Amino acid sequence: MRAVRVLSAALLSLGPAAAPAAADSPSPATSEDDGAPTRAGTSFRTATEVGQGRTATARASTGDYLYWSFPADAGQRPTVRATVKLPERHAAETWQIDVYDGLRRRQACQYGAQTRTAGTDAASVELECVLRTVRAWSEPWADDPLPGTYYVRLTALRLSTADLGQPVDAELRVDSKDMGGAAAVDGALSEPLVPGIASRPEAESDDDSPSAVLAGLEPEDGWTSGWWSDRWTWTAAGGALAALAGVGGYRLTRGSGRPPGVPPTA
Amino acid sequence: MIRRKWPVAGVCALLAALTAGLALPAGAAADESTGQDAPRVNLVLDVSGSMRAKDIDGQSRMAAAKQAFNEVLDATPEEVELGIRTLGADYAGDDRKEGCKDTAQLYPVGPLDRTEAKTAVATLVPTGWTPIGPALLKAADDLEGGDGSKRIVLISDGEDTCAPLDPCEVAREIAAKGIGLTIDTLGLVPNAKLSRQLSCIAEATGGTYTSVEHQDELTDRVNELVDRAAEPVVTPVATQGADSCAKAPTLTSGLYTDREEFGRQRWYRVEVLSGQELRASVSVAADRAVRPDHGVLLRAVTVHGREIVRGEAAGNGRTDMLSTGLRYPKPERDDDDSGKPAAEVVCLVVTNAFSADSGVQTTPGLPLELAVDVVDGPDGADDVASFGLGRGWWLLGALILTGFVAGLLWGRLSRWRFAVWRTN
Repeated sequence: MRAVRVLSAALLSLGPAAAPAAADSPSPATSEDDGAPTRAGTSFRTATEVGQGRTATARASTGDYLYWSFPADAGQRPTVRATVKLPERHAAETWQIDVYDGLRRRQACQYGAQTRTAGTDAASVELECVLRTVRAWSEPWADDPLPGTYYVRLTALRLSTADLGQPVDAELRVDSKDMGGAAAVDGALSEPLVPGIASRPEAESDDDSPSAVLAGLEPEDGWTSGWWSDRWTWTAAGGALAALAGVGGYRLTRGSGRPPGVPPTA
Repeated sequence: MIRRKWPVAGVCALLAALTAGLALPAGAAADESTGQDAPRVNLVLDVSGSMRAKDIDGQSRMAAAKQAFNEVLDATPEEVELGIRTLGADYAGDDRKEGCKDTAQLYPVGPLDRTEAKTAVATLVPTGWTPIGPALLKAADDLEGGDGSKRIVLISDGEDTCAPLDPCEVAREIAAKGIGLTIDTLGLVPNAKLSRQLSCIAEATGGTYTSVEHQDELTDRVNELVDRAAEPVVTPVATQGADSCAKAPTLTSGLYTDREEFGRQRWYRVEVLSGQELRASVSVAADRAVRPDHGVLLRAVTVHGREIVRGEAAGNGRTDMLSTGLRYPKPERDDDDSGKPAAEVVCLVVTNAFSADSGVQTTPGLPLELAVDVVDGPDGADDVASFGLGRGWWLLGALILTGFVAGLLWGRLSRWRFAVWRTN
């Protein structure tokens, strides 16, 4: 919010010179509300990036494969929610969301209705997928979720030909729960699982455009280095309490003054 | 976080730059930033006789399309090179052979002169046949060359009338040329057959199909597709995998495309240094009708044929692609294997378990996209817990109990010492 206030203050201070320029911007795509995307990609390559806690919307057609991507960091347990508003008349349709990690491996949902069938009278379908907690590190042979980019694919699995191409409105929102140190592991990836991270133009003098990257969005606070977890607090607090208990135990057996049976003149 | 700490001056400068960017022709900014050719869009409009039907918001299909085109031409971003091709605009006769050749470039693909393009569109009169296949072939030729993104937007109100040439197969062939072209289709008041045909064309190239019954839907959709073409995307590099590791091409970090036929193997090689991590992901797209059960397997194999790690995926039902990935961190070098070469060649092999009913063409193969990233290796874990630290009430209880018992013992020891030596 503070950033918005600073921005609006800046806009005011720029005065009327800037305002008309912004107003006659020809492209409707730039009029994005607080940066939330208003369309979806059609493949991994063109997936639209959406930050966590934002609601992405898209106008699409039944039968489209809609792709979004979002960043998730270690210790988070992301929940993907999608709502599809169906046209007035339609046959029964089955919709599904699939979540893939930065290596395009399909990620399992712990709970949530990942697939749902909408009857002929349903006006919308709501889908949900609660992912596993993202770990900082895992064995290469495991497909545990790792920090990096995640892809969401939303599509109609089963539909009748008559429904092909019918307009639908889709909405996607990703929130995540911070699981804290319970999920903390030792070890960390050198780079998050962000596709194309090794061929970023700033890393090499590639002739690739700086604006065209497979995935560029980072979590709001950047990627964690992976060394902090609340286990430090727990362990330190445990150590302090143990020291206190030790002092207590000592006083209990040592007694506060001289032991009985020892003459005061000794 | 950092953003909030920026001084207002910095924000002003940024904002000024942004508004300037909006006010200036966007083309200038796009050219210097992308280093890619301008995105190109070819609008292919059906001008066949059936476009006379008056069923879009009370006006004829042709009128709706014209109005939509006018609005789209106004809203087209500067950096997009736009062209318009018609099909069935000129030949009104009954000769099928002639009718099926009837496609013309109304406005050439290039920098857009809005007035000129609008004048050209205004002259259109619904006339002839619906040669979708030939029109698509020509439209793809119009877009040939350059490495920017390419898109054909096909607007039709009737299925193809030039039978032996299946437009769906034409679309697949165009996609197989590897020029990175997407075909999006729009059906005006479509019937089931047209829906099927147009969505088949779209799926063959990774595009979308939309059915349109109102004029504003048409405008919105075409506008959106043109805008989408203007968005910068990473263009994959075409490569050709071999059928064995020895003959396979060596890849570095990047995004690649290839074609893989049903049930075949594709091999690639990647060099990985000690202490580096190889990340590979592959997706195989189903660009034609395939049987509902399918699978993809990506394996990393040593040159001697030992499997290091694999990624597998299996699916069921309607899908556009199936994807999987793997990562292989190569351990740091020990002193005793300093005799070995620093880089290890890892062979990547992709196999698919897609199958199709007889009658479905198997060539060209299914589109395959391979992403390779070689990054620094991870820091391995010594312990499951983070740095061997613990958490939870049991840990706290155990620590307190241990501390207490230690305190008790120490107190007792200290008493005993006093009793024996009479000294503290």
